[in-house]
Amino acid sequence: MIQLLGAAANQTFEMPSIDYHQIAPILVVLGMAVVSVLVEAFVPREARRNVQLVLTFATLIVAFILVVSLAGQRALAAAGAVAVDGPSLFLQGSLLILAIMAALLVAEKGVDSAGDAFAARANALPGSVDEREFTKRGWLTTEIWPLFLFSVGGMLLFVTGSDLLILFVGLEIMSLPLYLLAGMARRRRLLSQEAAMKYFLLGAFSSGFFLYGAAMLYGFAGTVDLGGIADAVNANAGQNGLLIAGMALISVGLFFKVAAVPFHQWAPDVYQGSPTSITSFMAACVKLAAFGAMLRIMYVALGGLRWDWRPMFWVIAILTMFVGVIIALTQTDVKRMLAYSSIAHAGFLLIAVIATNEQGIGGAMFYLLAYGVATIGAFGVVSLVRDSTGEATHLSSWAGLGKRSPWVAGAFTIFLLSFAGIPLTAGFIGKFAVFEAGVAGGAGWLVVVAVIASAIAVFFYGRVIVIMFFTEPQADGPTVVIPSSFTAIAIAAGLALTIVLGIIPQPFLDLAEKASIFVR
Amino acid sequence: MNLTQTFASVVASSQIDANNIEPTVNNPAVATGAFSYMWLLLALPLLGAALLLIGGKRTDKWGPYFAIAMSCGAFVVGAIMYLKMLGLPANDRPVNLHIWDWVIVGRFQAPLGMQLDQLSIVFVLLITFVGSLIHIYSLGYMKHDPEKRKFFAYLNLFVAAMLLLVTADSYLLLYVGWEGVGLASYLLIGFWMYKPTAATAAKKAFVVNRVGDVGLSIAIMLMFVTFGSVTFPGVLNNAAEGNPTTMTWIGLMLLLAACGKSAQFPLQSWLLDAMEGPTPVSALIHAATMVTAGVYLIVRSGPIFDATPTARTVVMIVGAITLMFGAIIGCAKDDIKKALAGSTMSQIGYMILAAGLGPVGYVFAIFHLVTHGFFKANMFLGAGSVMHGMNDQLDMRRFGALRKVMVITFITFSCGWLAIMGVPPFAGFYSKDKIIEAAFGVNWIVGAVALLGAGITAFYMTRLWTMTFTGKSRWTEDNKHPHESSSVMWIPMAILAFLSVVAGFMLAGAIETWLAPVTGFEETELAVSSLVMEAASLALVIIGATIAYLQYRRDVPLVAPQHVSPLTVAARHDLYGDAFNEEVFMRPGQWLTRSLVFFDNRGIDGLVNGIAAALGGLSGRMRRIQTGFARSYALSMLGGAVLVIAALILVRT
Repeated sequence: MIQLLGAAANQTFEMPSIDYHQIAPILVVLGMAVVSVLVEAFVPREARRNVQLVLTFATLIVAFILVVSLAGQRALAAAGAVAVDGPSLFLQGSLLILAIMAALLVAEKGVDSAGDAFAARANALPGSVDEREFTKRGWLTTEIWPLFLFSVGGMLLFVTGSDLLILFVGLEIMSLPLYLLAGMARRRRLLSQEAAMKYFLLGAFSSGFFLYGAAMLYGFAGTVDLGGIADAVNANAGQNGLLIAGMALISVGLFFKVAAVPFHQWAPDVYQGSPTSITSFMAACVKLAAFGAMLRIMYVALGGLRWDWRPMFWVIAILTMFVGVIIALTQTDVKRMLAYSSIAHAGFLLIAVIATNEQGIGGAMFYLLAYGVATIGAFGVVSLVRDSTGEATHLSSWAGLGKRSPWVAGAFTIFLLSFAGIPLTAGFIGKFAVFEAGVAGGAGWLVVVAVIASAIAVFFYGRVIVIMFFTEPQADGPTVVIPSSFTAIAIAAGLALTIVLGIIPQPFLDLAEKASIFVR
Repeated sequence: MNLTQTFASVVASSQIDANNIEPTVNNPAVATGAFSYMWLLLALPLLGAALLLIGGKRTDKWGPYFAIAMSCGAFVVGAIMYLKMLGLPANDRPVNLHIWDWVIVGRFQAPLGMQLDQLSIVFVLLITFVGSLIHIYSLGYMKHDPEKRKFFAYLNLFVAAMLLLVTADSYLLLYVGWEGVGLASYLLIGFWMYKPTAATAAKKAFVVNRVGDVGLSIAIMLMFVTFGSVTFPGVLNNAAEGNPTTMTWIGLMLLLAACGKSAQFPLQSWLLDAMEGPTPVSALIHAATMVTAGVYLIVRSGPIFDATPTARTVVMIVGAITLMFGAIIGCAKDDIKKALAGSTMSQIGYMILAAGLGPVGYVFAIFHLVTHGFFKANMFLGAGSVMHGMNDQLDMRRFGALRKVMVITFITFSCGWLAIMGVPPFAGFYSKDKIIEAAFGVNWIVGAVALLGAGITAFYMTRLWTMTFTGKSRWTEDNKHPHESSSVMWIPMAILAFLSVVAGFMLAGAIETWLAPVTGFEETELAVSSLVMEAASLALVIIGATIAYLQYRRDVPLVAPQHVSPLTVAARHDLYGDAFNEEVFMRPGQWLTRSLVFFDNRGIDGLVNGIAAALGGLSGRMRRIQTGFARSYALSMLGGAVLVIAALILVRT
C-alpha cells in the first residue's frame, strides 16, 4: 500500500522548491505593481499621485536592497527558470538605480504649467472638449505608475531568465506597459500616439520572431532551458536547420529590442514621440535589459556555436554603428539625435557580445550603466528646455543655451562628452572596457571600425556643444525651466555618476569583473 | 618663533654628528598616532577654499576670517607634527600616510599618499607660518576690495596646493600640487583681471610655467619607464643604479620644471610681470610658495642629481646665471615691487646654485630658502604697506623720506634689508655666506659669481631702501599725507622682521643636523678659513651699500634719466628676456603655427572636409530610408531577418 502510494507520488506533479529570497526583487516589484493597480481603484483621486510616488520609490529602493543582499549568490532558482548569478544581480542593481532615476523624471510635475508630462486622460481625444475639461480639472494619469512598475518587473525578469519561456514572459511584461506609456504624452499627443502604435506593431512583430525562434530551439533541443540547449548543441554539433533558424529568429527579437540596424527604425520615431521621461526609461533600461538577456542567451545557450553566429553579429554591429552615427550627423531634433546615438551605442555594445569572454560581460555591464546614467541625465535636461508649446527639441532653438543657462548646458555637455567617450567621463571607461574585451576576444578589426565610428560620433556630439556655447542665442528662444527637485536630483545623480565612474572607475570595474560569470 | 626655538632645541638634544652624513631615509614608516592626521594639513585650507568659493556671497562676512583660521589651523597641525617628529630618532622621522590607490592597472601603480620627513616639515612650517601671516596682513590690505572673499579663497587654495606639493609621496602627486600652484598663481596674479596688464601677466605666468611643467611630466614618464615607479622611495632609492644618460635627462627635465616655477633662467620672464597681482600675493609667491617649489624639487631629487654630475653642473650654472641676472635687473628698476622681484630671482638663484653643489649645498639651499622666506615676505609686506600709505604709488622716484612718517614699516623693512644683504648677525648672513663658501669649495668661478652677487645685492637693496625711506620727499601732489598702516598689517611685518633678525643664528648648525638624514651633508673644505670668506663678502657688501647710499641719498631725478649705460638700459628691459622669448620662441612659433595652419587648411582640412561632406551627403540620403511608415519598417525588419538567416547559413556551409 505504502509502496503503491509512493509510486503514484512519483508520477504526480512534484512541487518545485523555491527559495523566495532569491527571486524576491522580482516578486516585490511585480507584487507592488499589483498593489499599485489597487491603489488606482480605491484611493481617492487627490491622494493617488502621492501614494503612488511613495509606493513606487519605496518598492524600487527595497528591491535594490534585496538585490544587494543577494550579492555573491550563484544558483539556479525557481526550478532552473531563473538564474541568480553575478551578471543578473549586477544588471538588476543597475536597472533599479536607472529605474529610480527615470522614475524621478516621470514624477516631475513642475516644468509644465498644466501638470506632469502625461495626458490628463489618455482616452480623451486629442484636441477635444473632454481633453480641455480634464486638463482644467488638473487630473493626472496616475495609471502610469503601475505600468512603470510592471515594466521594471519585466526587465528584472528578463535579465535573470534562464529559460526561453521565462525570457519571453519577461520580454512581454517589460514591453507591453511601455507601448502604453509611449502614447501618453500631454503635448503633441498625435505624435505620441503614432509612436505608441508603431512601437506596439513592430514590437509585436519582433516578439513573434522571438517566440518562433524559441519554439524552433525547443524543437531542436527538446528543452527551453538555456543550459539544456547548450548541452544539446554540444551533443549535436552537426548542421541542423532548426537550430540555425531558431538562433536567427531569437537574435532578431533581441536585435529589435536593443535597436540594432536594420531593426532600429522604430527607435527614432518612438523616442521622439514618447514623453521624454519615458524615452529616457526606454533608452536606458530597455537597452540594459535586452543586452542582459542577449548576453545570457548568446553566452550560455549558444556559446558553443559562437563561430557560427559571430560573423553575422559582426555585420550587424558594423551596420549598427555606422548607420547610427551617420544618420545622427544630419539630425536637427535633439531627441532624434539621441535616438540615433543610442543606436550607435548598441553597435558598440554588440562588440562585447561578440567578444564572448568574461571581459565582454564585465565591460558590457559597465558600459550599460555608464550609458544609462548619462542617457537619463541627458533626457532630463531635454525636458527642461521649453517654449510655449512644450519641449523645444529643435537644435536651432538650443543656440546660445550655454550663455543663458550655463549650468544646464554644462551638464548636457558632460553627458555628451560621456556619450562621445571622452576621457574622465564614464563613457570613456565603458568604451575602453568593451573595446579591450573585443580585442581580447579576437575582434581587433571590429574595434578598429568602432573607433572610426566613435570618431564620427564625436562630430555630432561636438556640434551640439558648439551650438550651445558658441552661437548667439535666438531672441525668442526657449527658456530653461527650473524643475522641482525630482528632475534636479535625477540630473545631478546622472552627472555625479558620469563623473565618478569616469574618474574612479576601478571599484565599479572590479565589481563588474567579479560579477561576470554566468551560472548555468 | 616656534620654529626657531624648536630648531635650537634640536642642537641641544641631537647627538648626531652633522659632518658628512649620507642620506639614509626614503623608507618612510607608516604614519601612526598624531601623524595619521597629517591629511588635515591639506584638508583645512582646501576646505577653506571650497567653502568660500562654493558658498559664494553668503560667506562674504565671515569668509576671510574662516580662511585665516584654516591657514593657521594648518600651521598648528604642522607644528604638532614637527614636535612629534622631534621626539623620534632621526631615522624614524620620515612617515608615510597612505591615502588612496588611484590607479592600479597591471604594471602601472599609483598609490597616493603623503610623506612627511625632515625636509617636507621645514616647508610645511614655512608655508603655513608665513602663509598665515600673509593671510592676516591681507585682511588689512584687501579691506576695501569687493572681491575680498574670493581673494582669501584663492590664498587658501594656494597654500593647499603648495602643501600638497611638499607632502606628496610620489612625483605624480607632487605634479598635482605643482599644477595646483600654477592654477592658484594664475588666479591670484590675475586677480584684478579688469586691468589688462594683470590679465596678461597671469597668462604669461601660466604659459611660461607650462613650459616647465612639460619638463616635469617628461621627467615623470622617464622615471616610470626607468624605475617602473613614480614614488619617492621607488625612484630615489634606485637612482644610483640608473643609466647615467637617463639620469642626466631626468635631471635636466626636473631642472626645466624647477626653472619654470622658480623663475630661473631662461624661464624667468614671468616673475617681474607677476607683480601685477595684489602685493600679499607677491609676498606669498616670493616667500612661502611657488618659487620655492623648484628648490624643493631639486633638493628632493638629490639622489638623481647625485647620479649625474652633468645635470648637477647645469643646475649650478643656471643658478649662477640667474643670480647675476636678477641682481642686475634689480639695480635698474624704479618700481619698488619689480626691484624686489629682481632680488627674489637673484636669491632663488643662490638656492638653485647651492642645490647644484650637491650634498655640500642642499642644506644651505633650504637654509637660505627659510631665511629668505622670512625677510622677503617681510620686505614685500613692507612694500605693500608703503604702497598702501602712498595711494598705490610704486615708483621709488616718487618716494623718499618715508622713515619719518612710516616708522614701523621703516624699522621692519630695515631688518629685511640688513638680512638680505647678509650683514651679521641678521638672518641672510648665515645662510648666504654658507652658500658662497660651499660654492668656492666646488668651483672658484661659481664662488666668485656668488661673492660678486652679494656685493650687487647690497647695491640694489640699499638703492631701494635709500630711495624709499631716506633723502627728501618726492611725493606726488595727491600724496601729501602718507600714513602708517593699521596694526593688522604691521604686526605680521613685525613678526617677520623679528625672524629676519634672529632666524639665521637660531638655525645655523641646527638645520644641517636636521636635514642631513634626508639630503645628506658634507662639510665644505676651503683653502682659506671661513672667516676670510666672511670678511671678503662683508667688505663687498659694505662697498656696494656705500656706493648706493651715496648715489641715491639725494638728488634722485623724478623721471628716470634716458642717457644711461647700455647695461642699465638692458636691465630696465629685464635684460631683454621678453625680447629674447619673442624672437627665439614666439616668432618661430608663430611662423610654425602659420605654416601648420596653411598646411592644415590645404591638406588636412581638405581631407577632413571632404570626408565630412561625403558623410553628410550619405547621411542625408540614408535618413530618407526613415519614411515614417510602420509598414516599411516592418519590411526592413523582415529583410534583416532574412539577412541574419542567410549569414548564419553561409557561415555554416
